[in-house]
Amino acid sequence: MTTTAPSAESPGVPSSARRRLAAALHRRPRLRLGLLLAGPGGWLFLAYLGSLAILFLNAGWSRDAFTGLVKRDWTLNNFAELVTNPLYRTVTLRTIGMAVAVTVTCALAAFPIAYYMARVASPRVRGLLVVAVLMPLWSSYLIKAYSWRQILSGDGVLNWALTPFGLHGPGLDIVGLWLVLTYLWLPYMILSVYAGLERIPNSLLEASADLGGRGFMTFRRVILPLAFPALVAGSIFTFSLTLGDYIAPSLITTTQFIGNVILSNFGVPNLPLAAALSLIPLVVVTIYLLIARRLGAFEAL
Amino acid sequence: MQQRRFLTVLAVGALVVSACSGGGSPSPAGPGAASPGASTPAVSGPPASAPAPSASGPALPTAVGAGEGELTVLAWPGYAENGSTDPAYNWVTPFETQTGCKTSVQVFGTSDEAFSLFTTNPDKFDVISASGDASLRLVRAGYVQPVNVDLTPNYVDIFPALKDKPYNTVNGVHYGVPHGRGSNLLMWRTDKVTPDPTSWAEMFDPSKPWAGKVSVYNAPIYIADAAVVLMKTKPELNIKNPYALDDAQFQAAVDLLKAQKPAIGQYWTDYALQQQAFSKGDVTIGTTWQVITNLLQAEKPPVPVKVIKPVEGATGWSDTWMINSKTKHINCAYKWLDYIISPSVNAQVASWFGEAPGNSKACALTPADQSNCDIFYANDDAFWKDVWYWQTPEATCVDGRTDVQCKDFDAWSKAWTEIKG
Repeated sequence: MTTTAPSAESPGVPSSARRRLAAALHRRPRLRLGLLLAGPGGWLFLAYLGSLAILFLNAGWSRDAFTGLVKRDWTLNNFAELVTNPLYRTVTLRTIGMAVAVTVTCALAAFPIAYYMARVASPRVRGLLVVAVLMPLWSSYLIKAYSWRQILSGDGVLNWALTPFGLHGPGLDIVGLWLVLTYLWLPYMILSVYAGLERIPNSLLEASADLGGRGFMTFRRVILPLAFPALVAGSIFTFSLTLGDYIAPSLITTTQFIGNVILSNFGVPNLPLAAALSLIPLVVVTIYLLIARRLGAFEAL
Repeated sequence: MQQRRFLTVLAVGALVVSACSGGGSPSPAGPGAASPGASTPAVSGPPASAPAPSASGPALPTAVGAGEGELTVLAWPGYAENGSTDPAYNWVTPFETQTGCKTSVQVFGTSDEAFSLFTTNPDKFDVISASGDASLRLVRAGYVQPVNVDLTPNYVDIFPALKDKPYNTVNGVHYGVPHGRGSNLLMWRTDKVTPDPTSWAEMFDPSKPWAGKVSVYNAPIYIADAAVVLMKTKPELNIKNPYALDDAQFQAAVDLLKAQKPAIGQYWTDYALQQQAFSKGDVTIGTTWQVITNLLQAEKPPVPVKVIKPVEGATGWSDTWMINSKTKHINCAYKWLDYIISPSVNAQVASWFGEAPGNSKACALTPADQSNCDIFYANDDAFWKDVWYWQTPEATCVDGRTDVQCKDFDAWSKAWTEIKG
């Protein structure tokens, strides 16, 4: 044994240093926790908050009018543009409106399904339903958006099915987009409402019945308040995912949403304005999350 | 119970992750991007014998050495086909065989997208097919290098009408080799639009029966299309060049496009999406490229479409192959430039894309049904009189006026976002 491989060395050596380190760490649980979290925490801080900081910095730069390249001269023009140009207000309100509409329809559609899954279905059926809800998520977002394009288009299957009844599909327009986004984000809502409904103890429902509460009364006074945080938790997904989406809007409609405006400024390229515009959904989502927290959504997650 | 809740939380968490990654997938603008074995490490050739390129001044390469084994191409769709769209159209593989330069191709949908891709990845692309509205921006920003056209022997056969233009030559210095030219065209479904249109006006009138089914190119440069229409319909505006618009002229073009908005059924940048929309009947009339018409007519069954250059004239393009000033594959880049404008390859591109080849000897090699490229008006200068090649608008009017300020591209791109609403 003349060659000393590092792996052979460590167990043989009386590792007093290691033992002292272990003892020191044992005495200081906070330091231990700090070291444990340093890696992921640092990553979160640098990669996540750092990129947001860079985004914010970018929004303060100007650019060459001919080539569109970024010049590192400070300016507030991009922010002024956001505030003074009515276009961005319209687009922002339109995007928030769509996000709210999609969230409401997702909630309405998800609740009965989740309720059935959580409180009515047998364990076997419940398992099947969970798989059924998760199934669409196995295929790519792009494939789903493109398929919806085909479904909604003029000669698409929806119009084909509706024509015998003298009806017409929503077509490739804003209503169609509403439908598509509702479809895309529905599983997130179902799962989170399902989780919320499932943890309501049966005893509460029995107590309600004992006190004379009928089905609807129990639903309104017991189930809904208890499930509400879960609804809000689900709405975080539907709302924020709609807010940031630009692919489905550009595939389905000719209407611009905030994501499309950011993308088109990326293409021009006007990166500083794109960065400034990116702050809009960031602010909106932050406000939304604060409201959601007040409504108890984070306990329901 | 506890465990189940934990699992649900886990499942939701995983879903969020998958949703986020899904949202970040490639933009729909470029699903046709073809890259034959993009990541294959190349067989490195002998050291480049060409001197190091310099972005400015006279230090042009004086000889083309052996290839470096690798080349990355940023091209308009249809300019660098490797057989993945149609196995019969493949001129990338023969290039790889001839030169040993393993070629990967990325396509783009608009000049702005090209410029953005090229400038945000300044080391990535060795060569680019740039239209006039990207080429000058690339030159001014220093992203492309002067080209010694003596090292691309096929340059001498390029039509004189394409040489020494402001978008490929600056102060007598060539920044690339001309590739070919084409005109944006008016296409319609013959079963839905009658009688046959002759004018762009059909696309700008929201009272027409096909309003709501108009397909429009999604780029700020499309404002020039409105200006071309105004040159005929409002002569009092006195527009001499659709890329040189002063305040009043610009406002008129923007107003025309805002009035057109209700008629629009599609904004396209991805040629495949326009093809699909025409095929499905979601749009019935629109501005297009010949290649899209060809693809529609080749569908089974063929989609009944016709295409013309309307009476007002049209916007169009005259493209230049340019070399990245930071390229590490200068020899492969020169080989590509010479190859892509060689008569037979230029003829293949022309035939596939449906545009006029840049090489005068290419016409003899186009297929019989394209009858010596008469169909592309390759050598018919009269045809190109009212085709306005894309170029970047500037504050100093590009038509030579000095008494007014013109709207620069910045204003164009802002207006385009506003037109779309």
